[in-house]
Amino acid sequence: MRTQIEGSLAVAQAVAACRPQVICAYPISPQTHIVEGLSAIVKRGELPGCEYLNVESEFAAMSGAIGASAAGARSYTATASQGLLYMVEAVYNASGLGLPIVMTVANRAIGAPINIWNDHTDSMSQRDSGWIQLYAETNQEAVDLHVQAFRIAEELSLPVMVCMDGFILTHAVEEVDVPEAADVARFLPPFEPRQVLDPANPVSIGAMVGPEAFTEVRYLAHERQMQALDLIPAVAAEFQAVFGRDSGGLLHTYEIEDAETVVIALGSVLGTIKDVVDERRARGEKIGVLGITSFRPFPLKAVEAAIGNAKRFVCLEKAFSVGIGGIVSSHVRMAMSSHPIKNYTVVAGLGGRPILKTSLNDMLDQATTDSLEPLTFLDLDTDLVEREIARNRAERRSGPAAENMLRDLGAPAP
Amino acid sequence: MTTIDTTTDPAGFHHGIVPEVLHEQPASKPVKFYQVGSFAVGNRLLPLEVRSVQSDPNRTNSLTSGHRACQGCGEALGARYALDAAMHAADGKIVAVNATGCLEVFSTPYPETSWRVAWLHSLFGNAPAVASGVAAAYKAMGRSDVRVVAQGGDGGTVDIGFGCLSGMFERNDDVLYICYDNEAYMNTGIQRSGATPPAARTATTQAVGEDPGNTFGQGKDLPRIAMAHEIPYVATASVADLRDLAAQDHRAMSMRGARYIHVMVPCPLGWGTASGDTIKVARLATQSGIFPVFEAEYGEVVASSPIRRQVPVEDYLKGQKRFAHLFSPTRRQDVIDRMQAQADRNIRRYNLLPTAGATETKAQD
Repeated sequence: MRTQIEGSLAVAQAVAACRPQVICAYPISPQTHIVEGLSAIVKRGELPGCEYLNVESEFAAMSGAIGASAAGARSYTATASQGLLYMVEAVYNASGLGLPIVMTVANRAIGAPINIWNDHTDSMSQRDSGWIQLYAETNQEAVDLHVQAFRIAEELSLPVMVCMDGFILTHAVEEVDVPEAADVARFLPPFEPRQVLDPANPVSIGAMVGPEAFTEVRYLAHERQMQALDLIPAVAAEFQAVFGRDSGGLLHTYEIEDAETVVIALGSVLGTIKDVVDERRARGEKIGVLGITSFRPFPLKAVEAAIGNAKRFVCLEKAFSVGIGGIVSSHVRMAMSSHPIKNYTVVAGLGGRPILKTSLNDMLDQATTDSLEPLTFLDLDTDLVEREIARNRAERRSGPAAENMLRDLGAPAP
Repeated sequence: MTTIDTTTDPAGFHHGIVPEVLHEQPASKPVKFYQVGSFAVGNRLLPLEVRSVQSDPNRTNSLTSGHRACQGCGEALGARYALDAAMHAADGKIVAVNATGCLEVFSTPYPETSWRVAWLHSLFGNAPAVASGVAAAYKAMGRSDVRVVAQGGDGGTVDIGFGCLSGMFERNDDVLYICYDNEAYMNTGIQRSGATPPAARTATTQAVGEDPGNTFGQGKDLPRIAMAHEIPYVATASVADLRDLAAQDHRAMSMRGARYIHVMVPCPLGWGTASGDTIKVARLATQSGIFPVFEAEYGEVVASSPIRRQVPVEDYLKGQKRFAHLFSPTRRQDVIDRMQAQADRNIRRYNLLPTAGATETKAQD
């Protein structure tokens, strides 16, 4: 049903339509509205056969989901930022055990300094955790990806993380067509686990594995993600057949056919980028957009096919690997390793900094003339940084950097 | 004896809602036929219906033979009795969740497993939360017949798993958690845990310096912390009294909600005892009062196991190499006295010498 609704509540309704049997909830901004929405749905009795666990930490939330999933229940939780890091040990454990848990990550920066606003540092830190990672561009896609995520997870017996930009999506009220339970039932069969704790047929799950088979167990995890490269588009196609919407899949392209410059990004910033591309296209520039939906598995061949004819690509990233630079861009360079093209990493939107069209245009003016630095921090306040570096050089006890810079700005933290 | 029916409302008596009647008798009925020297109970002298689960040739052997525990491992013994009793009580419908530790490692070296119950190991610190998830799953699926038991060592329980355990208690999730307490991190090579007793030598509280061994005034008493959550059932048990352990297990399984059993399981390797002395050392712990055996319901102690023949704490300490520095090269009477004082406090607190009027005993020189 099409309705004006907050992203988080739309996701809550979509998750409920997937008939989860155990929901583990722990609050953290900007994810909290999702589990609040689910709490109300369960408490009202609209989701019979579902247990809602208010746990004491994110570590317990993922652990509870692990137990529930191993017992054969469709299991869901949601988190963000510090919460995701707090549960990391269990995040790896869930994928290592091959449990098809679905988790929303309402993307948010990681401290210190503490920051509640959006970027992708949290989920990017888990790119090697063995989870499938899908990134939503809009609230409609976020909703649709959750429905597809249960299907993908349960088919492969792998957990799936649906990443949606905190606040930008989770707290935005816009029109969303929320999937109805009856339609979801046609698309998503009841959970039939590949492994289950059953007293009538007892198995041991989680045994200790030494060098004799550890490589093989890890290889199988990779092999299943490679299967996902075929399954994710197939599930998206089936979803389209039932719901009539083109959502999900490995990636989305926009104005890319004849593009000499391709801007690559994940998540909600794609909307802003498309507006900029529209304006530049109107001026005759051959520029297009590649939105990556599936970051794990990373669709190397699909990316190569999508940008193979371009002269250059620009990766706009809401996270970066400190000490080297771009994360997504290194993946794309790998995809293009047989015929490398010029490329630029642009780190933008960290800790919720708005990504403005003017800044994007200035940056693209340089990129399209190949005068952009290979690694660029969009809208970096260079003066502010230089003053702190100078302080560091001038005195041994220069004090906490973040507080120093806020004082320089004359502005308290928002 | 009155049974509290919490099956329809597992949380009904939780958190300050005091039940009308608590159990008036300990879970284990006294057996008169124990051997004087060892206190071992002769099953063959008992009527069939009160014989132990272990005497049943059709017992489950939940933790079956072939595992790789050390000779004389108290944990392996305790776990087999605890799980077999739980299986017996639940008509074989048990799911066991295991924390990382000795019990997990020695029972499941790939591709072997000694578990004949449905068994899940996830992490070191999350067994209570995983068990909560399993219990929630079965509740969601309408399977009230399947019961959930979680288990871990003292490190996994009182230290790294404590947050999850407290959360499971607080929510009164329908899980029986069993802690096998051997008083240190034995799996990693005998390091101090929050359950290591004062003065004990471990790899991280070595028998060197002015005050060798673990520090006085530290450590936590998890059974009492569990009681503070006012959960339906808390019990302590010992591998010296396996019949009592099985009985407490049965009582725990007769109830719903969060239940906790804390079993003392000597570790020959970590304690420096002969592998044939595991039961003897465990018995000295209970008979000295240093490890009180009691049961509590909804935050109140309802029963305790009286000491049959009291021994001074010194008798318990001197057989263990981890306490050898209390006796040689110089005798540390001050430390031994402090340990005796702890035992005396337990005797008072849990009324372990009811006939003697709970008088304090002095250490024998």
